[in-house]
Order: sequence, then C-alpha cells, then structure tokens
Amino acid sequence: MANLNDHMGRPIVAVTGIGVVTSLGVGKSDNWAALTSGKSGIHPITRFPIDQLNTRISGMVDFLPSSSKGASPLTYELAELAGFEAVTEAGLDSRDFGGPLFLASPPVELDWAERFSLYNSDKDKDDTAAERLLRVARSLKELDIFETTQFGSIADRLADRLGTRGLPITLSTACASGATAIQLGVEAIRRGECDRALSIGADGSATAEALIRFSLLSALSTHNDIPEKASKPFSKERDGFVLAEGSGALVLESLEAALARGATVLGILRGCGEKADDFHRTRSKPDASPAIAAVRAVLADAGLSEDEIDYVNAHGTSTPENDKMEHLSLSTVFGERIGSMPVSSNKSMIGHTLSAAGAVEAAFSLMTMRESVIPPTINYDNPDPAIVLDVVPNKKRNAEVRTVLSNSFGFGGQNTCLVMAREPV
Amino acid sequence: MSSPRDVVITGIGLVSSLGEGPDAHWQKLAQPGLQPVLEAARFAPYTVHPLPEIDWNLQIAKRGDQRQMETWQRLGTYAAGLALDDAGIKGNDELCTTMDMVVAAGGGERDEAVDAAILAASESRNDRDVLLNEKLTTELRPTLFLAQLSNLLAGNISIVHKVTGSSRTFMGEEGAGVAAVETAAARIRSGQSTHILVGGAFQTEHSDMLLGYELAGYLHRGPWKPVWQRQGAEGGGVVTGSGGAFLVLEQREHATSRGRKIYAELGPVVSGRARRPRGELDAEIAALLKQAALPNGKLLALSGASGAHAATSAEKAALDANPAIAARGFSTLTGHMKEAQFPFAVALAALAVDRKAAYPVFDAAAETPFEGIPGAALATAIGYHQFEGMALINAA
Repeated sequence: MANLNDHMGRPIVAVTGIGVVTSLGVGKSDNWAALTSGKSGIHPITRFPIDQLNTRISGMVDFLPSSSKGASPLTYELAELAGFEAVTEAGLDSRDFGGPLFLASPPVELDWAERFSLYNSDKDKDDTAAERLLRVARSLKELDIFETTQFGSIADRLADRLGTRGLPITLSTACASGATAIQLGVEAIRRGECDRALSIGADGSATAEALIRFSLLSALSTHNDIPEKASKPFSKERDGFVLAEGSGALVLESLEAALARGATVLGILRGCGEKADDFHRTRSKPDASPAIAAVRAVLADAGLSEDEIDYVNAHGTSTPENDKMEHLSLSTVFGERIGSMPVSSNKSMIGHTLSAAGAVEAAFSLMTMRESVIPPTINYDNPDPAIVLDVVPNKKRNAEVRTVLSNSFGFGGQNTCLVMAREPV
Repeated sequence: MSSPRDVVITGIGLVSSLGEGPDAHWQKLAQPGLQPVLEAARFAPYTVHPLPEIDWNLQIAKRGDQRQMETWQRLGTYAAGLALDDAGIKGNDELCTTMDMVVAAGGGERDEAVDAAILAASESRNDRDVLLNEKLTTELRPTLFLAQLSNLLAGNISIVHKVTGSSRTFMGEEGAGVAAVETAAARIRSGQSTHILVGGAFQTEHSDMLLGYELAGYLHRGPWKPVWQRQGAEGGGVVTGSGGAFLVLEQREHATSRGRKIYAELGPVVSGRARRPRGELDAEIAALLKQAALPNGKLLALSGASGAHAATSAEKAALDANPAIAARGFSTLTGHMKEAQFPFAVALAALAVDRKAAYPVFDAAAETPFEGIPGAALATAIGYHQFEGMALINAA
C-alpha cells in the first residue's frame, strides 16, 4: 500500500494528464520530439507587419484556426487544446471533468482590429473617439466582442467545454502565472476541497502592441537575422527573451483518488514555493534573496534537501538580468553542486510563453523524468563566463531524473517554484 | 463557538466616492437619506460615482512610486495601505514579509490620447497595422505597460508596503473578488496562511473602463436611479463607481496573540458559476443562499447588486423571497466597483456587525428597515454578466 500522504500529512498530489501546445506543435509527442532534437520554434513574424519594429521574430503559434483572430480567441483555443489533451490522457470525461479549473492567462483588452472596426463603422457624428466607441458599442447585437474584454470569459468557456466544477479561477502572476495555476490546484487538493483539479496556463497574446510594449522595456531579443538562434539563455551575448505563445495543462489528482480509479500516475507534484520581491517593478533584488527564498520554500514544502534535486528546469529567459539572477539564486541554494547539476532552459527552443510558461515547462519537466531524457539548452555557443552551469548544451542528454525543480519568475516581483518527482516517495 | 483557526477580519481599507476609511464610510452610510456623490457630465450619457479627493502621499510616500502608477494602481495601493494601517501591520517588517496577498484585478488605464490619435488616423488609412506600429513604437510611454498589467497592483503593494509573503492576482470581474476572498479564507482555515491581504480596486473614470461594460450594453443611461429601480430605464442598469476595498484576514489565534481588535469573523464564503444562458441563475442564487448557512431570524444583507437588469432582478427576487432578509444595495451610494465589489460588500457587512447596528435603508422604496443588533450579515456579489458569490460575516 503506497503512502498517500506527504511528509506534512497532506494528500500527495499526482499528475495523471498532461497537455501542451507550443510553436513546435500541438500535443506532447510532437513537442517532445522537437524539443529533444534541439529544434527551435522561433521564426519570423508574419501575423502582422514588422515595419518599425526592432524585434521581428517570435515563437507565435501560427498554425491554429484562431491564430489570426486575436488574443482572446487564440488563448482560448490554446487552453482548450492543452486541457483536452490532459483530461483525455487522464482517462476522464473531457466534457465532464468534475473538478475545479485554475487558468493562467494574459490580461485581456479590446483588440485593435475590433477597435478600428467599431470606430470606423460610424463616422457621421462629430464626437471624440471615446464617445464614438461607446455609442457604437451599446448598439452591438452580439456578445462576441464584449466577451473578449471580460477577464473571466475564457475560463467560463473552458468550464462549459470541459465540464469543470464551480467558479473557475483566472489568475495572473505575470511570467510565473502557469506555475501559480498549478500551485492553486495543488493547494486545493491538499486542503481536501477536491480530488482533482485542472490547471492550465495559456497565452496567445503576442499582438503587435504586446511586442511593442515589451520592446519599449528593452526586454526582447533583437537578433532577428537567424530567428532560431535568438533565444540563448546563459550565453554571453544573450540580449533579451523571445516573445512566444503556447499552453500547458496538468490534471492534478490526489494520489489516493488516482490509484483508486486505476489511473496511470505520470508524476508527483511534490511542492510549491513562492516569495514576492519588493525591489522594483521589473528588476529583481540584486542579492536575489526573493528567488533564493522561493527555491528554499519549495524544497521545504516538498520535504527535500538540496542534494535531492536531480535537475533544474530553469526559467532561463535569455535576458541579461534573469539569467544572472537565476544563476545567483541557484548557486546560493545548491552551493558548489550547481556546477555539476543539469540546468536547462526550454525557452531556448520555444521562447518565452509568458502566462503559459510555468505550465508548459512543468509539462516538459514531467516528461523529462518519464522519458529519462533532458532537453538541451540550445544556442549555447558562447557561455557567459560569469554563469558557470551545466546547461545541457545544445544536445539532449539521457539521464535518470527523479526530481525536478522548475523556476518561474515574473514582473511585479513574482517568484514561484515547483518541485516534481517521478515517484510518490 | 469560536475556534483558533477561524478567519477574522482585523483590517479594513475602503475608498469610494463617499470618502476613505471604515469610519468615514460608517458615518456616511449610517445617515438616513444619504445622497450619492454623482458625476453626470464628464461621461454623459453615463453617470459615475467619482473618486473623492485623495492625498496619495498619505499611503504612497515616494513620488517616484506614484509616478510609476496610473490611478487604478494608486487607488488599490492606497486602499491596501489603509487596511494594513488599520490592522496594525503597516511598517511591521516581520508581519509584512510573512503576509500573503490575493488581489482581484482587471487591467490598468490605456493612454486615451494615443489611442484617439491612432483611431483618427485610421479614418484615412487602409494599412492600419502599419499605422499601429508607427504610432505605438513612437508614442507609447515605455513604463505605461507596467501601469496596465493586472498583477502590477499586487507588485506595487509589495514595493510600497513591503507585503512579500506571497502575491497572487485573480482576474475576472466580480468573480475575481469572490475567489480572492474565498481562497484567502480557505488558506487560513487550513493552516496554509496566518494573515492575508485581500481586495481590489476599480477606477471607472476612464472611457475604456466604461467600454468594458457597454460592449454588451450594460450601462444605465439617463437620470440616475437607485440600484433596485433601473429596470425598464434607458440602458442596461449598471452605474459604476471608482473605489477600492482591502481586508486583512487573519487566523483568530494569530490576531488575538498580537492583541488586535477583531471586526468580525468571516464565516462561509461560497461561489458559483451559473450557466445563465441556460436559465440557471435563479437556482444558483438559491443554492448559494442555502450554502451560506444563514442564521435564524432577521438578517442584514449587503448586496453588491450591479443594477444589470437580469442579474439584479434575479438577486432581488431571491432576497425578497426570504422575508427575514433586509437587503442594502450599496451600489446605490457607491456605484459598481467590479473586482472590488465583493471585498467592499464584506467590509460593509463586517462594519455593521462590529458597530452592532444595521445601515438605514439606502432606498426607501425598495428596502425594509432593520431594527436591533445584527449578529451576522450577508455579503453578496452576483456578477453583472457571470459568476456569483456570497459570504456570511459573524460577530467577532
């Protein structure tokens, strides 16, 4: 009889379904094949004109029916695809999931396409732009445009589609959102509120305005010439992240409930840790103390010592700031051992999927353990001498991985870490 | 029977058109026949309840911090500061660095002038995507993005007030406020947290914030009316207000061990998602009323009803069906504050329980008097479009 409770007497949380979509493709098998062969999904932007733009590459998901329909429809489709794959793999009814939904998704706004179309549909009156939009808005007969502006609508539609229970939670902790969605699911199961939860991170918000906003903050890589080489975490010449889209979904289930129904346990969501940073809106405290505290918190929550982490799935954005700070936090917590621990960044291939990143990378972390293959950090041609890490350079590595630490750090001082394990104990 | 793991309310931070702070709100709302503060001209044909005069310096000491935010984030950061002050936590490093936070947030303000210029130019150009790139790359203020990001209200609260235990932002209109309070309470009850800052803010005095309702025709137009009396009037029934509400929720043992005043105990917090197009709203409200474990006898209810026709008439019918309930539709006096609506309702309910007195009717034509001491009060938020929630607030 397996132990069903963890070191703190809480129900152990198992993963019984995984779904993922990135610029590399739809579903786990396509993604895993590409990821382990070191293939990049970063490509030139074709969704909108690139005139005036300093960054002309991205990891957008351009092959879905909603890819050209705006941020809300695409985010919904990404979430639905990943959610469906995860629920189906778990062997549960994909129209009647029967547990709560935690959705990490980008903040929504009225898309420019709609703004232009509303504004230009009624040019007769001599009024301000704001007055005209409001006047046209109140005569609309359909709810489609309205729903793209409601922060709860994507989750509401998913709840309808997948049959989740109760009030769905839509959350944002910026680039840590996907990890927070998983954390909320874990916590709900640990509190005994539910036997299972569906955690999804999805982001289809790579619009021109989003790209320009990040660009104005100097956050994006401008290495446009060879798109697949632009994202180069931990490299000396890294110059920013690559904006990307994607989704990841996990079916979380108490180990007891999973075993009782004979489900295949794909891994264990062993711990969650977080710590907010009060230093600056976009920069981390120079001593990395909040990230360090988040890593220590997740180890404590997981009941593991530093020596018991086999692999780190890094946040590894490829920005000068993040990679330096992440290295500082890891070397502080793991000490000398960090030089010989594999630490790789999926973002070298898929870019930064923002609200989805924590969930996408948790999905890949679980697959890393199941497949005993560590995906590489590609484009690692010129290591940053200040960052001494085993980044699993350029080629996948076969390795037994029992435990993974997955980091997510975001604007607004968000630091969330997850620890996953292959086996319950 | 009180228990050490009860969730209690030890801090309240409020801002609305009526003023700021729990005392100011109590004094105003306790006046029979109080008239709302209205702004009918600036956004005509829409009326809004505007922000009062606020000295931001009182809660956001650094001008540099104030400049990094637009009004929405300032308002939320300010209201959060009021709650932390009220709970005796502000400035206490030990308590702030271990404090968790759940913020209910929408998005921040766009630059209306830039948007208007782009739209004006779009009238004579067909290459609108190129136009966008031209204007946005040159006219957008780089840090404005941070003032717009949903989770940066929480981020600013961390920076200004040093709340750094954890930081989570929930999105989704009234439902975000419900889920924030519900999750915070569940964390305390289960021992996952000892003290949590929870709340939200809404700044309606921006055309995009009105557009968020009006794309479905939800806003009331024409002469102002109390929230229960807008059925059949021009428009969709919602009158918005700027405001913010933050609560400090605390484990009872944690609060008593540091000798804090307790406003009230937060009882059951319940939530739901009626599939309204299928006609489930009436049954959902009835089910939530049942789950909220209402006490016997007369009950004061602080209703967050928005005025939206369908949702408000469903809520009114459900409350009217229980003659023991004396409802107070506070949107009559504050306007609808979206993500902040539910935390605001909980705060007003806690105040009434704490002061051992009910509010007078906010609308004599639609509400009934409540005599005696409210030993408990119900807080509701039935979303104008989706999501529902309630909480029962009990005497400390």
